[in-house]
Amino acid sequence: MSTTPPKPPGYQLPEEHYLNATYGIRSWLLTTDHKRIALLYLASVTFFFFIGGIFATMIRIHLLTPAGYLVTPETYNKLFTMHGVAMIFFFLIPSIPAVLGNFLIPLMIGAKDVAFPKLNLLSWYIYITGGCFVLYSFATGGLDTGWTFYTPLSSVYSNSAVTPAVIGIFINGFSSILTGLNFVVTIHTMRAPGMTWFRLPLFVWAQYSTSIIFILGTPVIAITLLLAGLERMFHLGFFNPALGGDPILFQHLFWFYSHPAVYIMILPAMGVISEIIPTFARKPIFGYTFIAASSIAIAVIGFFVWAHHMFLTGESTYAALAFSLLSYLVAIPSAVKVFNWTSTLYKGSISYDTPMLYALGFIGLFLIGGLTGLFLACLGLDIHIHDTYFVVAHFHYIMVGGAVMGYVGGLHFWWPKITGKLYPEFLARLAAVILFVGFNLTFFPQFILGYLGMPRRYHNYPPEFQVLNVMSTAGASILALGYLLPMIYLTWSMRYGKVAGRNPWPATGLEWTTASPPLTENFDVTPVVDWEPYDYKNRPDLGLQTPTAPTLAPAHGDD
Amino acid sequence: MSEHIVSPKIYILIFAALMILTITTVYAATVDLNAHFAGLNVIVALLIATCKAVLVILFFMHAYYSSKRTKLIVFAGFFWLAIMLSLTLGDYGSRSWDVH
Amino acid sequence: MHRTGELSGQFQTLEQQKESATLGMWLFLSTEILFFGGLFLTYTINRHTYADVFSYSSRTIKLSWGAINTVVLIGSSLTMAMSVWSAEVGKKKLVTFFLIATLVLGGVFLGIKGIEYHDKFVEHHVPGLGFDMYYCTKNPGACNLRPEDLQKERVELDELTKKMGGETAVNANSQLFFSLYFGMTGLHALHMIIGAGLLLWLIKQSMAGRFTTQYNTPVENVGLYWHFVDIVWIYLFPLLYLIDRH
Repeated sequence: MSTTPPKPPGYQLPEEHYLNATYGIRSWLLTTDHKRIALLYLASVTFFFFIGGIFATMIRIHLLTPAGYLVTPETYNKLFTMHGVAMIFFFLIPSIPAVLGNFLIPLMIGAKDVAFPKLNLLSWYIYITGGCFVLYSFATGGLDTGWTFYTPLSSVYSNSAVTPAVIGIFINGFSSILTGLNFVVTIHTMRAPGMTWFRLPLFVWAQYSTSIIFILGTPVIAITLLLAGLERMFHLGFFNPALGGDPILFQHLFWFYSHPAVYIMILPAMGVISEIIPTFARKPIFGYTFIAASSIAIAVIGFFVWAHHMFLTGESTYAALAFSLLSYLVAIPSAVKVFNWTSTLYKGSISYDTPMLYALGFIGLFLIGGLTGLFLACLGLDIHIHDTYFVVAHFHYIMVGGAVMGYVGGLHFWWPKITGKLYPEFLARLAAVILFVGFNLTFFPQFILGYLGMPRRYHNYPPEFQVLNVMSTAGASILALGYLLPMIYLTWSMRYGKVAGRNPWPATGLEWTTASPPLTENFDVTPVVDWEPYDYKNRPDLGLQTPTAPTLAPAHGDD
Repeated sequence: MSEHIVSPKIYILIFAALMILTITTVYAATVDLNAHFAGLNVIVALLIATCKAVLVILFFMHAYYSSKRTKLIVFAGFFWLAIMLSLTLGDYGSRSWDVH
Repeated sequence: MHRTGELSGQFQTLEQQKESATLGMWLFLSTEILFFGGLFLTYTINRHTYADVFSYSSRTIKLSWGAINTVVLIGSSLTMAMSVWSAEVGKKKLVTFFLIATLVLGGVFLGIKGIEYHDKFVEHHVPGLGFDMYYCTKNPGACNLRPEDLQKERVELDELTKKMGGETAVNANSQLFFSLYFGMTGLHALHMIIGAGLLLWLIKQSMAGRFTTQYNTPVENVGLYWHFVDIVWIYLFPLLYLIDRH
């Protein structure tokens, strides 16, 4: 089975496109073009990914030996905190929405830009401002409260630079809110003629759901951190039991946002996977409506489950029961997606191009991450594995195995559109395999460690856990290689890659009908959509071979 | 969305209603309603405030004349607030049930 | 919210542009509901836990100022609504007039808020190291209170102290009330100040005659924002001023 369709020779880059329309630093820093803003975000989230990655590397090196010789216990606290803050608030949350979402939503719905281009640029500046505050905190004493900022540790006892970090995350929240607001308005009002709601690509549905969480969740973390910051600065007592406040209330408010924030990270990745799978299975996606509706369902139900993070903090048993039950409900729409993706693969004409490798990897890793989530939602079992490495492994399977895999896969899938160039396919497949192997070697041992009782956030451990920890560290080094490779060859391909052409895969989305890289205005004329989404059967314009009727496998006599 | 122009007459009517409700709420606060039913003072105060808020949203903010989509957004905002309040208060309220 | 009412490049039609701006404003306001919501939740739980101290602390705020401010703010909402109407029917002078009236009423509100804050400052009711609920009763004459009010306060305070088992507990818990009082009214006042800035911007444009029957989205959207700030106050007033006044 041919993997990549042969490229007709003679593709040319368009003479003028968004990358070369204007030149100079000013034209980038003052741009209102959603595609350029996406690239600004790409550079900045990659920077924070590096920062977070360096901290992760140090953590893993430190844990090579049971006594942990690399850093002091205090520094270890700072390392895992800063790793979490950089990765969650400044990489994972903005990664797919702000990079791929910004680039693709207008292209996918046939618009010239987002509804509020200046606001879009402002979001990036807000993100950068928040990022500067957080970097300042890292540089001047670090942060040792855990990314969760639990009070009264963060508001009274911590001697690290909590205040600038809290200010930075508070500011950064407005970037999320404005991005979400921009996306919702864009999707409502800017669709091209014929682009009805049920013709929208599933990536757009996923972004819409994510934006709901941005708009309705982020303000709560903003006010919570504001109160915690005020408490620290002015010695107030909202969450300080010594002054009559209630630390559990902080946790309620914190997780009201921060649990749905997990869906901010995973929903867009699910959107990416829903684009990649039908493209490389050459089949319409199975159950379009269900996948779209399940995105919305995850966004809504995701707001009903937050207190499962607090089973052991003294919340009422009855509330814990209710939250446990509600947490199971999220598994339903998630499972709907997984079933639909696998059904799409069934009898598809599958080719294993790089994005597809990421998508298949995503399904497996998300499945493990999601199912172990059910363990944690179970009230009784959670008492055993709460705050152990089991939790660490679980959320890394969702966030790295899910969200980052989706992000890197999406980056590969749309790289030809973003840059107009193809990346080297062999290296890319190799990197995908390295990532998958490295990831599993890093995090699977942590499930076992946690189940055996190794608590998270400790700087040392009993000697009998060393073998599994060494495995994990070894995996992390492979994982690091898996991230460095794409960074190198993707950068390389911007200059030296083969010219991609409009639609290299080919795929059905509207974004593939325009030039690669697109013009500043995205389309020559406003497109009119008169086809159904992912309709690989009735799209002769894509130049696919006439789909042969699905022939039954020759009988081997065993069925 | 705002093709419908709301006349000043309605605005003044709403303003008058809001004034009456303000006076009522101040008066209600000075009466000991808690003697009849624990917490009735708060309930009355919040009910009156909600009436006022609804009047402002529907008429001053034109939600009454707006599209279903706008109404949905208003509803979503308050619905999410309700999720946060009810589930958190549910925890606080049921702690005393715990049997030791 | 394009300045001149011309069509921005990303839109196809003026209706689309207007629709987007209004939708964006409503979404922003739904964010604001949750933003204030966190404070309301914190308030609700603490008020329930420390009901007695909260109701005593609430009674030390002057009801009259709060009531007057409620009237002023609802009045400013009326003038704001009227300026939207004036813009919709194309009475350009009236738009400016009502916008200025709204700004003036907003200014009055903030002025009264300033007086109230000043009173609290004098009475040592501002959270911080100087916080002391007993300041007025221990230093008669230092606070601007009538003798009979002071006497009433002393009786109530003694009773509360006995109930709570000491001055420390009363101070700690009423400091919570005042932290929330200043947090909530302060955040509300900040929104008012931002609103006043937006009004100034509108007045400038209105004087230049920019708003017509065709183009009045900015007036309408600032109006939505202003009414929202009004709604927040509609809840703050009973919650902070009207606890157990009987």
